[in-house]
Amino acid sequence: MAELFAKLDQFPVTLKAWLMNLLQGFLPEWTLPLVSAAISITPILAVFPLMFALTTVIERKGLGRIQNRIGPNRVGIPLTNIRLFGFGQFIADGIKSLIKEDVVPRAADKVVHFLAPIALLIPVLLTYSVLPFGKNMVPLDLPQTGLLFFFAVGASTELSVFMAGWSSRNKYSLLGAMRAVAQMVSYEIPLILSSLTVVMITGTLSLTAIVESQATVHFGFLHNWHLFTPWGLVGFFLFLTAAAAEANRTPFDLPEAESEIIAGYFTEYSGFKFAIFFLAEYLGLFAMCGLGITLFLGGWLPPVNIAPFTWIPSWCWFLGKLSALIVLFIWLRGTLPRLRTDQLMGFAWKFLLPMTLINLVVAALWHLLANNIPLVARWPLGFAMLAVPYWLLGRSFEAKFTKREYRFAN
Amino acid sequence: MTLPFAIIAGLTVGSAIAAMSLRNLVHCALSLVLTFAGLAGLYLQLNAEFVGFTQILVYVGAVSILIVFAILLTRSTEPKDEPTTVTPWVGISVAVGAFLTMALAVLASPVGKRIAAPAPEVSVKTLGQKLMTDYVLPLEVMALLLTAAMLGAVIIAMKDKEGSR
Amino acid sequence: MLGTGILKGMVETAKNFAGSYHDPERLTTVEYPEQRIASKENARQFPFLVHDTEDPMQGLRCVACQICEKECPPQCIYIVKSKDKRADYKGQMQLYPVTFDIDLSVCMSCQICVEVCPFEAIKMDTEFELSNTDRFGGLLVNKHQLAKSNEHYRKIHPTEAAVSDDALAIEVAKAKAKAKADVEAKAKAAADAKAKAEAAAAAAPVGVAATAPVPKPSAPAAAPAAAPAA
Ligand code: SF4
Ligand code: SF4
Repeated sequence: MAELFAKLDQFPVTLKAWLMNLLQGFLPEWTLPLVSAAISITPILAVFPLMFALTTVIERKGLGRIQNRIGPNRVGIPLTNIRLFGFGQFIADGIKSLIKEDVVPRAADKVVHFLAPIALLIPVLLTYSVLPFGKNMVPLDLPQTGLLFFFAVGASTELSVFMAGWSSRNKYSLLGAMRAVAQMVSYEIPLILSSLTVVMITGTLSLTAIVESQATVHFGFLHNWHLFTPWGLVGFFLFLTAAAAEANRTPFDLPEAESEIIAGYFTEYSGFKFAIFFLAEYLGLFAMCGLGITLFLGGWLPPVNIAPFTWIPSWCWFLGKLSALIVLFIWLRGTLPRLRTDQLMGFAWKFLLPMTLINLVVAALWHLLANNIPLVARWPLGFAMLAVPYWLLGRSFEAKFTKREYRFAN
Repeated sequence: MTLPFAIIAGLTVGSAIAAMSLRNLVHCALSLVLTFAGLAGLYLQLNAEFVGFTQILVYVGAVSILIVFAILLTRSTEPKDEPTTVTPWVGISVAVGAFLTMALAVLASPVGKRIAAPAPEVSVKTLGQKLMTDYVLPLEVMALLLTAAMLGAVIIAMKDKEGSR
Repeated sequence: MLGTGILKGMVETAKNFAGSYHDPERLTTVEYPEQRIASKENARQFPFLVHDTEDPMQGLRCVACQICEKECPPQCIYIVKSKDKRADYKGQMQLYPVTFDIDLSVCMSCQICVEVCPFEAIKMDTEFELSNTDRFGGLLVNKHQLAKSNEHYRKIHPTEAAVSDDALAIEVAKAKAKAKADVEAKAKAAADAKAKAEAAAAAAPVGVAATAPVPKPSAPAAAPAAAPAA
């Protein structure tokens, strides 16, 4: 029984090996690495854009329900009455954006305007290459620099955003790009610092090794996910906050605040280029979630080491956790209002940054005191060391918010 | 000279030339970013993964943003029509001179001769350990320098605010 | 504490989410083309012309007085008067519209045409599915399309229709009373004239009888008015 499930778990890997074996016969030697890369890329290019497509529908339906509406439920199979609960919507949207006219402003910088969406999508797709989707399933295993690769490639999206905003020759685009760049630069620091705790504890930048380091077992059944440590718990939420800002998700979606600057840096994009921006944004969010899962939620590991959980294939665990995080982000989007720019910056520099630094210290102590203090004492201690600054920092924020006075509306 | 090297080198040099000769400052900045990325590619080719990705993270991710912001905040990005008055020959001769000096120095030094030996696999761990032991002084000096620069920037920004009040 | 507000908000939205599946109070959406709610009595969309008889064109109340055409703020009504006259609901001879067009794309549903019409001839309909695939001819609604029966009016706006019917009934009653009074007056006038004539005939010489046709012109004038009323 367990063996069957193990086979199912490794099915993508065996499938690739079988394909490569088959192709070895009649392909020249030098093409094999390219073919191997292509085979590894294909599932990424199939699964995640599909997931994006489904997410757009689920998000609209979920937001609708949150606002006591129904949401899209019409488009199903064309020319029939089958509606599939509206899940044909994304195909219709895709076709629409494909056949829409591509309008480029006359004053725009044509070349840069054209290159910006491409320069945005490519790095976002590249980040997927180091994520371990399952056991033995990582397209590009960089044992020395996996995490660094992720952040390096992710950081280059900022420039694409700037390119889009600047080349459109539109003040809203430029404002949106400025906001986006400022926000991304600011939140990159807490993002990296909160992931750094994991690197410090595991002593490696390889994402595969980070997942494997969480495979040890506590109390005979519980996997040692980093989420289950005080610094991991806090670090995960700091990471999620920074990731939301990095991916321009509500409540940090100022770069595309419709009520203020139309659509931000992609105001002047239409048709398929707009769709590419949309796609890149969601893929960026998924990649961030994937990284969070890898760092804190045990990657493709099940939470407990007990039979029915271990039977589920590792890639299902990864995709399941990813879906859960996406649902969380949709839920947050339906709940929270948008911040103001100064609040956004203040939050990054006055709250997230100190918290991540304290978290680093706590993680270091956790690691150093591992042999001196037993777990039962270490956990509450670490947690208290984080909870107190959280409470203090939070109180200063709240004091500022409650003192707000309205001049005219009272 | 392998094909990937040729491509990356060509891209780097080409974009560097573009960065110097384009009329629009933002275009120049974008070409410069391409040069940075090309350099990162060269590092990767030399198996220096850490340096390569750090180059991308720092230069493509941060320095380029700094440059474009500086351009946007200081002057108009409109390309000007009047031709450059300075003859390029001075600059070119200085550049060629500097390059020749460096090339000669590299060729003369023993570093150039050791190239045949297989480079040891430098892991991030060793890099970190070296930074924290052998090279701790340069690291600290650099940290001090950067902190001083940051403080200076903050002070300039603060003065500006007070003056406008 | 920082973050409790977020959690509270998330609980609230989660309640909304779950509630929208089982609580019809929350989910008030009407899925329109399949589900419909009866339109409110006060709803108004676009005018129609009221007719009273079986044949819509014969029974149009409109007398082509063109008041609505002049009053319509965006000037979307176009009327051509008839050359001849026909009897209206109370039997009076009236003109009627040969052409009565309203431009659907211009009408702003202001109901001013209804307010100014002295003949209760134009009313607002509640029909709202007025879209059309022909954006030129299809949006110019002619009198055949505009004509709708008084029963329809009673159905969509019962209260208003009752008021309107009462007003018309009073008009008809007045008209009848007037006709009756006319008949009586004429009979009286005729009797008087007769008496006068007889008296005159008795008094005057036979040669002066040429003055007798004096009351004659009044007789034909009163006759048509009395005839339909009868
Ligand atoms: S409702 Fe108003 S706009 Fe429409 S026809 Fe009557 S007067 Fe004109
Ligand atoms: S609808 Fe009324 S106001 Fe308009 S022309 Fe006819 S009778 Fe006159």
